[in-house]
Amino acid sequence: MEVKQDSSLLKRKFRPTEFIAEFFIKLISFFSFIVIILIFVFVFREASPILTYTPTLQEIPEEELLQETYGEESLENLNIGPRKTLEEHQVELESEPKSIWQNIFGLRWEPISAQPKYGVIPLILGSLKVTLIALLFATPIGILSALYTSQFAPKWLREILKPSIEILAGFPSVVIGFFALIVMASFFQEIFGYTYRLNAFVGGLAMSLAVIPIIYTVTEDSLAAIPKSYIEASLALGAERWQTALFVVLPAATPGIFAAILLGFGRAFGETMIVLMATGNAALATLSIFDPVRTMAATIGAEMAEVVFGEFHYNILFFLGAILFIFTFALNAIAEFVVRNKLMKRFSGGK
Amino acid sequence: MVRKLIAFLMVIVLFVVSFSNSPITIKGSDTMVILVQRWAEIYMRNNPNVVIQVTGGGSGTGISALINGTTDICNSSRPMKKEEKLKLKEKYGTPGVEVKVAIDGLSIYVNQQNPIKELTIQQVKDIYTGKINNWKEIGGKDAKIIRYSRENNSGTYVYFKEEVLQGEDFEPSTQNLPGTAAVINAVSKDINGIGYGGAAYGKGIKELKIKKDAKSPAYAPTKENIRKNLYPISRYLYMYLRQRPTGEIKKFIDWILSPEGQNIVESVGYFPIR
Repeated sequence: MEVKQDSSLLKRKFRPTEFIAEFFIKLISFFSFIVIILIFVFVFREASPILTYTPTLQEIPEEELLQETYGEESLENLNIGPRKTLEEHQVELESEPKSIWQNIFGLRWEPISAQPKYGVIPLILGSLKVTLIALLFATPIGILSALYTSQFAPKWLREILKPSIEILAGFPSVVIGFFALIVMASFFQEIFGYTYRLNAFVGGLAMSLAVIPIIYTVTEDSLAAIPKSYIEASLALGAERWQTALFVVLPAATPGIFAAILLGFGRAFGETMIVLMATGNAALATLSIFDPVRTMAATIGAEMAEVVFGEFHYNILFFLGAILFIFTFALNAIAEFVVRNKLMKRFSGGK
Repeated sequence: MVRKLIAFLMVIVLFVVSFSNSPITIKGSDTMVILVQRWAEIYMRNNPNVVIQVTGGGSGTGISALINGTTDICNSSRPMKKEEKLKLKEKYGTPGVEVKVAIDGLSIYVNQQNPIKELTIQQVKDIYTGKINNWKEIGGKDAKIIRYSRENNSGTYVYFKEEVLQGEDFEPSTQNLPGTAAVINAVSKDINGIGYGGAAYGKGIKELKIKKDAKSPAYAPTKENIRKNLYPISRYLYMYLRQRPTGEIKKFIDWILSPEGQNIVESVGYFPIR
């Protein structure tokens, strides 16, 4: 009998206030998750019309779309342009109209044109080019400065260095872009003497300023998480401090560093403002790092505001967004996966 | 607790009511933001009971806001496209009302150190379409021409393509920069650069005189030359509405088109329509 009473006590009694509180906390914790899903759905929904796109020429009688004018009664005829729209110009068009997929995977990006070209290849190439240049600079700098602060720097210096590098992460990217546009571009042109003042190299270098703090912070955290016993064992065996840092601490933190680089990659890949200002935005499909490039993120950032909503150009910008989304999503998933597996193996399974 | 809540709600309601003096909302072209803001400021100073909100975002953004009914007036540095007129007609039964509010003269600029002083329209076209690649071909020194353009989201870009390039595409290495200021800055720092945009007073650049064809004289983009139709690259700036303006909106637009409103146009760097 007594046992029965106990179990009824254990049973949860329905308390409305608790239910409401719990419900709200649950709702909030799911909120960001729901938002991500909704954005995901939105981007793909807006991009999807290109799959079923069929070019249709709508015949609209001109006079039906004739707009009323206002306040032009006393206006003299100044013969000011534009006198002809893009469609009305008799431009030599390519003889054979390409299929929509040939167009999308073409080498020209010229969406506002008598014959719009939506080739995404130069844009993908541009994004990769700038990102790789940024990583080429940011990775060694970020990792080595993290190694220094966690292994060599005296405590007082570390307390200055770490927060100040982390502040760099919160630096508005438009400021970095402006700095690159005005100062860095000219400075490096004098050194290297390249033809195009704004190019992938300058953009990548400016981007590395935004990526360094990310790589630095994550690497620093993973270096700090290395057990003291590793370092003590190495030093006890007669290794010097730099040997310990380079050959014991750094390898032990590999998964964390790997994650840091991938996170940096994701940041650089999606960054808009810096590249928009510093890379020249010419959609060239070349491999030279001193040529101007146009990245996917910059293209979306620049063109979205002016596009006719629901038009093919609008859809293709969302298609670019979907590519970016998939790329960063996959990278973050890999980063997460590697950290989970390798860190687990090293520190719990390996012992 | 409940009383506090009610008091709080009342404050919010009061706040909302006090601001809902049905402001006139204007949205659109970034080129025109400064001009329209100046108009709005001065108009509101003279008519304290009217509230006008001006935001940018681009001509396309403004037109789609007009179609969606979230703005009263839309600024556009390009004429409305067919698709947009069609959407407006489907929704409101009329393709909208167009008001020309100002004239913008497009300048072609080069670096101050560039010896070139004038070009024909055809030469500008050949430079931007990639038929002329070296300054020496048009009388300059032996150096590659570095082409700068506005981003393709700007009405200026579209206009330049329609009027100067005659519908042809830009040479692919043409660099697209966000905003006239960025183009001016790039040309001022690039000895071999060429760019186009609104009238500019920047340091280190030089506005070229333009010839309609090889035989005609070259003209600078001044008010007189544009009015006399001598300088060949200029365009209208527009405002669009869904219906013919009435009430406060009509008063505001009439004031913009009045000599008083048109005087302000020049102080911002554009040209009056009359």
